[in-house]
Amino acid sequence: MSDCCAPAKFVPPPSPSPAGVLKTVVLIGPPNCGKSTLFNRLTGLRQKIANYPGVTVEQRMGLMAGVGRDDLTLIDLPGIYSLDPYSEDARVSINVLRGKMPGTPKPDAVLLVLDSLHLTRQLMLAAPVLAVGLPTLVLLNMSDLMEARGGKIDSLKLARELGAPVAQISAAEGTGLDAIPLFLNKQTKRSAAKPLALPVMGNAESAHIWAQQVSRKTGYRAPLSAESTHKIDNVLLHRFWGPLLFLLVVLGVFEVVFSIGQPLSEIFGDFLTGLGELARPLLPTGWVQSLVLDGVWKGISSVLVFMPQILLLFLFIGILEDSGYLSRAALIADRVMRAIGLNGKAFIPLLSAYACAVPAIMATRTIENKRDRLATILVTPFMTCSARLPVYMMLIAAFIPNTYYLHGLLGLRTIVMLGLYVAGLLAALATAWLLKSSILKSSETPFILELPQYRMPTLRSLALRVVDRAHIFLRNAGKIIVGVTLALWVLAHMPVVQLPGGAYASPQLADSLIGRLGHFIEPAIAPLGFNWKIGIGLVSSVLAREVMVSTMGTLDAADPATRSLGLETALQHDLSLGGALALMIFFAFAMQCTSTMAMVKRETNSWKWPAIQFLYMLAIAYGAAFAVNHIVMAIVG
Amino acid sequence: MSVLSELKVGESGILVALDLRESVQNHLMHMGFVPDALVTVLRRAPAGDPTVYGVDGMEIALRHETAAAIRMRPPEDIAIQSSVNAGVTEPPEAVQ
Repeated sequence: MSDCCAPAKFVPPPSPSPAGVLKTVVLIGPPNCGKSTLFNRLTGLRQKIANYPGVTVEQRMGLMAGVGRDDLTLIDLPGIYSLDPYSEDARVSINVLRGKMPGTPKPDAVLLVLDSLHLTRQLMLAAPVLAVGLPTLVLLNMSDLMEARGGKIDSLKLARELGAPVAQISAAEGTGLDAIPLFLNKQTKRSAAKPLALPVMGNAESAHIWAQQVSRKTGYRAPLSAESTHKIDNVLLHRFWGPLLFLLVVLGVFEVVFSIGQPLSEIFGDFLTGLGELARPLLPTGWVQSLVLDGVWKGISSVLVFMPQILLLFLFIGILEDSGYLSRAALIADRVMRAIGLNGKAFIPLLSAYACAVPAIMATRTIENKRDRLATILVTPFMTCSARLPVYMMLIAAFIPNTYYLHGLLGLRTIVMLGLYVAGLLAALATAWLLKSSILKSSETPFILELPQYRMPTLRSLALRVVDRAHIFLRNAGKIIVGVTLALWVLAHMPVVQLPGGAYASPQLADSLIGRLGHFIEPAIAPLGFNWKIGIGLVSSVLAREVMVSTMGTLDAADPATRSLGLETALQHDLSLGGALALMIFFAFAMQCTSTMAMVKRETNSWKWPAIQFLYMLAIAYGAAFAVNHIVMAIVG
Repeated sequence: MSVLSELKVGESGILVALDLRESVQNHLMHMGFVPDALVTVLRRAPAGDPTVYGVDGMEIALRHETAAAIRMRPPEDIAIQSSVNAGVTEPPEAVQ
């Protein structure tokens, strides 16, 4: 254990600070210094953390239960370099700190988190934050790493220089944190304002000179930067190997998702079916059994089956984000991004959209230029999110043969999947180019990207991500999918018909309400190679893409022609090869996600943009599906 | 007198001034690009641009046109350089 966690290192405040009884404490600091890790420690919550600047883009609140002070609210804020807002996320932090954020309580105390590996630069933020006048505890994070790498700081002297208490901590290891409750317990009585001997900083240059003086006076010795980061970058940012490895990483992820995820998913599917059969004798025969097992359970389990693949994908994205590779990917991609008129920084939200577009759209807050930000928001839903995965998996398993090329290294299914990902990416880039060369033209904003040092992703944080995702997946399955499946089942069994004998029975599927609705929209989608059941799936999947899968499960169970078949064989009954490929392309391009549309509305403050986005993406999806269906028909005959 | 974009990989220089818009200048200064800072060219991105610079123990990537607006002078000019940047170690990268 390093000595940073010994209570002796904690420097008591020189004088009691002005405050009433504490209610709200705010965490502030430069980007990527570990605020969210500390927030999670202090509250016991699970705020997303990763190794790149700009992970947190809005304020989060939690009770400080982790240190036994659940009477206190802690606010986690996006990282800032200075108190001049230059992007949307920084504006949030500054407003909250100054108590000018509507709906967020005024802070009574500040925990200023600084990364001790780069203390000189980080100190530039200390002066303006201390000048706000709130009681402040300065936390030097990652002090274990700093000492391990030969760095040094006299925290007593630093406390004297700053006129504020200083503690050395490691948020990741959880050491030194006892300084925080100690500090907070002291802030109970209102007292005279403390004198602050800090210079008023007019500009960045004087702030830097001051920070250098302070760091020299306190004997700060910066640690050696980790050699490993240079060595890893020599390979990962190599002129030739860098881009090649980037491609290999992407290919490898898909191959693993298939080759490990598929068998896992089959085992899980058998388990779910078995569970349903186990419940069968417990349910009264007739419509109850039909509703619960053939309706709801079949619908839910057809989506749940894909959980192993989705969780594997999240695990890989987590490794990329936590290790620090994401910033390197943005660096490699900057050339392409600039050719289409976007900033290389836009690549980070686009990459995280492979998991889900909703957080990705929030992540665009780090893009300083407003027009660049809007363009990025508008193209993000084209990126292949994990909700498309079940639809692709279902169709690929049913229609694409499991053949391998290159001595078993590359599967045809992987190639088709990759093609769909590339199609989405190209649509995003082309649309961005279109927007940036027309309505969203702007002068170029400089690309300033910080490359964090590589860190080994911790098992704990990876496990938390996967568990959280499983949670969200199950909750969605519980809410949206159960609701949609119930509605579908009811519509498929209405209106009830009277048999000649006087008994009542469900109608033929084609005569049911859902059948009539399906046949009503069928002419519009027939040119794409879709039948009416697919049409119902398209309508219900506007709520969320994975609903497509549960809808097909429910409808095929209700249809006598496909009832006895598995989902894959049933699909072969519904679709030709052309129609199946057209359906995949349709899903690659169409905006079928109400959560994304709600988020776009929130971030652009108008329904105009989500509406335009929905229609634009629908038009492209329709056109592309039409073309694919006809081309395949012409080839296959 | 030269500009940052003219330095080769592995070379270092002392920052003289930033000829950039004030907001950009401020942002860069908060990231360590202040007058008298020692800046080292660490590597170029695979496509040749942007370039990664080492400053104040951090690695920051800038595009060519931004680096072209940062005026530099050779490091030999100033003796206090080593003390100003005491402890900030940026091992010069070998040219690839």
